[in-house]
Amino acid sequence: MSRTERTVDVLVVGAGPAGLAAAARLAAAGAGRVEVLEREQQPGGIPRHSHHRGFGPRHQPLDGPRFAGRLVDAAVAAGCVLRTGVTATGWAGPRTLDTTGPQGLERITARAVVLATGARERPRSARLIPGTRPAGVLTTGELLQTVRLHGGRVGGRAVVVGSEPVALHAVRTLRRAGAQVVALVTEAPCAPVQSPRHRVPVITDTAVAELTGRGRLAGVRLRDRDGGSTHLDCDTVVLTGDWIPDHELARLGGTALDPGTRGPAVDTAFRTSLPGVFAVGNLLHGGEPGAIAAAEGRSAATHVLRRLAGARPWRHGQVPLAVERPLLWIAPNRVHPDGPPPMEERFTLRTAERIARPVLLVSQDGRELDRQHLPRTALPGRAVHLRAGWIARADPEGGPVRVGVMSDSRQPGAGAARILTV
Amino acid sequence: MTVTTGGALPDQLYDVAVVGAGVVGSAIARELARYPLRIALVEAGEDVGDGTSKANTAILHTGFDAVPGSLESRLVREGRRRLAAYAQQNGVPLEPVGALLVAWDDGQLAALPALAAKAVRNGHHGTRLLDAAELARREPHLGPGALGALEVPDEWIICPWTTTIAYATQAVRAGVTLHLNCRVQSVTSGGHHELSTSRGLLRTRYLVNAAGLHADELDHHLGHEDFTVTPRRGQLIVYDKLARPLVRHILLPVPTALGKGVLVAPTVYGNVILGPTAEDLDDKQATGSTAEGLETLRDKGRRIVPALVDEEVTAVYAGLRAATGHEDYRIRAHARQRYVTVGGIRSTGLTASMAIAAYVTGLLGDAGLHLGLARDLEPVNMPCIGEAGPRPYQRADLIAADPAYGTIVCHCERVTRGEIRDAMSSTLPPASLDALRRRTRAGAGRCQGFHCGAVVRALFEEGRG
Ligand SMILES: Cc1cc2nc3c(=O)[nH]c(=O)nc-3n(C[C@H](O)[C@H](O)[C@H](O)COP(=O)(O)OP(=O)(O)OC[C@H]3O[C@@H](n4cnc5c(N)ncnc54)[C@H](O)[C@@H]3O)c2cc1C
Ligand SMILES: Cc1cc2nc3c(=O)[nH]c(=O)nc-3n(C[C@H](O)[C@H](O)[C@H](O)COP(=O)(O)OP(=O)(O)OC[C@H]3O[C@@H](n4cnc5c(N)ncnc54)[C@H](O)[C@@H]3O)c2cc1C
Repeated sequence: MSRTERTVDVLVVGAGPAGLAAAARLAAAGAGRVEVLEREQQPGGIPRHSHHRGFGPRHQPLDGPRFAGRLVDAAVAAGCVLRTGVTATGWAGPRTLDTTGPQGLERITARAVVLATGARERPRSARLIPGTRPAGVLTTGELLQTVRLHGGRVGGRAVVVGSEPVALHAVRTLRRAGAQVVALVTEAPCAPVQSPRHRVPVITDTAVAELTGRGRLAGVRLRDRDGGSTHLDCDTVVLTGDWIPDHELARLGGTALDPGTRGPAVDTAFRTSLPGVFAVGNLLHGGEPGAIAAAEGRSAATHVLRRLAGARPWRHGQVPLAVERPLLWIAPNRVHPDGPPPMEERFTLRTAERIARPVLLVSQDGRELDRQHLPRTALPGRAVHLRAGWIARADPEGGPVRVGVMSDSRQPGAGAARILTV
Repeated sequence: MTVTTGGALPDQLYDVAVVGAGVVGSAIARELARYPLRIALVEAGEDVGDGTSKANTAILHTGFDAVPGSLESRLVREGRRRLAAYAQQNGVPLEPVGALLVAWDDGQLAALPALAAKAVRNGHHGTRLLDAAELARREPHLGPGALGALEVPDEWIICPWTTTIAYATQAVRAGVTLHLNCRVQSVTSGGHHELSTSRGLLRTRYLVNAAGLHADELDHHLGHEDFTVTPRRGQLIVYDKLARPLVRHILLPVPTALGKGVLVAPTVYGNVILGPTAEDLDDKQATGSTAEGLETLRDKGRRIVPALVDEEVTAVYAGLRAATGHEDYRIRAHARQRYVTVGGIRSTGLTASMAIAAYVTGLLGDAGLHLGLARDLEPVNMPCIGEAGPRPYQRADLIAADPAYGTIVCHCERVTRGEIRDAMSSTLPPASLDALRRRTRAGAGRCQGFHCGAVVRALFEEGRG
């Protein structure tokens, strides 16, 4: 098996917003040969096929391809080597990756590796939705590519499942492709925030209990929280949100995973558990906005540069962060009192339930480190932020730092946060 | 080479028509193709192997626990030997992983020596008892409470999709005519058999019924009431490839009167399967999954390999065993009718297929079919879709000769553009995305189309022209 062996300074895997932004910053800062591998034929990651205007600065949003295009141009202008159609397939050493592309097989060794492989929406099987296996069941990612990149057709009557903002993109794309959206179904108690243009019947507190139909989807059986069941006729169902990081490469390399995000555990400098291997973007936490992924890439570049410059990292032995229900995950999820603050001096969290007047409680070994009242109601599918001022108070030799949430409408119990549903 | 997919059937008298292109019917057609005969393989579906043969646990069984002296015991043992050799010659993915029958309580532990003795009566001398310590060493992710195991080293895993496609491809290349989308509706038997099908009349001198779940119905058309097929559903969960290191062997439960029970096994694609359930139903099309079925499996899986159920689920499927209420195959020749029924091939038909084929060919000969001289068939050299590889994306030589093998389009399963192109122009081109998946694995991975669904569909449509 003949592989071409090469070395580079930084190898970035994934040319989505996170990887491109990291690479551009690194190359501009003189990191040497910065090479980006992208397995798709086109760079840009998810935004390359997300044609709606929802990317980048909020006051002046761009459509996905334009947002991606700017990041690609910036990376190339900064001197990165951007290689599309090349997949990193596995590891041959601590910072050595094997690749496959039309030019052949390679083995590339880098001084630092940045993993930016993104995330995907869980498909029907991973959600364990029972029933038949008909055609017409897809995720938003497949829907957008089918409609936008390949001009493919979708069905006539569609049901959209999910409560994250991406559900609305699915609604819009289906309509544009000529389908009628009969309902948006979510297990959450509330729908994604809708603009008037999106008006679509919303069924909350309800799960898809079964898919029916042979060959083509005939409908979905829904079950509400009280066990009531109805059947909705449709020939298409789009499963949105419910992200899982594309962590295959990270895991093959042996990085420790965070049990909450299911992405590689990283500290506030985007360092994974493997020396010299960094991780950025949706790989860390599932679906966050593209601008956040890009910002993470830029922020990580600073820490990669420090490593390349030979800076001694702060002492290892980091403290893990753990969340308590209904919080689902926190990122980054390792801290050290001597470490740098996280990007924008805050952590990102997700909640499974709506919590009015939320209070975040941070504790370690029963000792309260911080308590933060949040300005807005915490909603499922939306980012919640925890400011990072308390890091210096964490005991580097102590147990995990626990983050809980409660509603301000009651007083906290001693120690652990009580979970209140509102 | 003839494969027809629509339109009226050619007006021809065949020597033998085989009804049903599952793994069994395809194996029979392949075996008959060695002789100078005019053979038709008639299949209701759009593809070969699209029934029970595509949805099983994909184990090359030894038959160690069969009823000694039964036809099934004999054909499974012989079929295993034949198929293992065939797989190696023709590129059918196969991995010699071995099985461990794990005892979880004292009763099961006590039953292991008797099972070892039964294995000997079925002609298998290689089994061995493992104590709890050795079991833990051999299978470190097993749940707590495993007391010991019987090792059956010759239970292997195989690719059921490639097996059937290889048989049918080889049969077609050797002159068998395959009629797809051709359902046999009734049969009139006089000087020869007249099969009335969804595509018109088909005439044949000899008839083989390999219709799987529907073998009883076809049998009724020929005037026999020997057995009734009750579909026994088996639901299965396929776990992510990242779970593969959790399991080294096929982990079998100690069999009970209710069947083989729920197992955990690696697949040749590098995944781990958990299943099957065993549910007797009436509906021969009920291949859906149920919430209760999946919950039962997850409960059992949690006990066998606790870490498994934390991994992502890649796929869920269900297959229907053709149960007949008899503890053996229902293979019967009706010599005067020039007709052979191959019924009740329940849970070992993949393994036994080649031996069933040889046996049925013998029965046809006994019934008066003049076979003529047998010849060896050209090997088919199937595309390598097994994880043991090397897969095309791993081969510098292939990529240098044709860069399409270096262009991965289905990322989860690492399927290249070159492989999809080859499948589209193969002897049995796929008629659907599912059929393409069974030939290449495209779309079979963890993302289930999030990344690749649209491009794979585009390549499929392009390839269909
Ligand atoms: C349907 C949808 C709509 C969205 N809408 C918006 C929106 O309106 N506004 C917004 O701000 N955000 C939106 N997002 C989120 C946004 O797309 C993501 O935040 C962003 O793409 C994340 O960037 P990333 O670089 O982390 O990952 P990705 O964009 O997923 O990029 C990862 C890249 O890595 C490549 N890759 C993975 N593994 C390998 C490997 N082994 N070898 C080589 N390459 C590899 C992939 O091919 C991919 O190109 C949306 C997401 C989806 C799915
Ligand atoms: C859950 C499960 C697990 C199993 N595990 C294993 C295992 O690990 N190892 C093993 O060796 N075996 C296993 N088996 C058994 C094995 O899958 C079957 O024995 C085998 O697939 C039967 O093949 P067949 O060709 O008889 O049936 P089928 O695959 O059902 O083929 C019959 C074909 O006949 C066609 N047909 C039916 N009626 C007509 C008609 N009227 N006209 C034209 N065509 C018709 C159908 O369309 C179908 O394609 C398992 C089975 C199940 C269900």
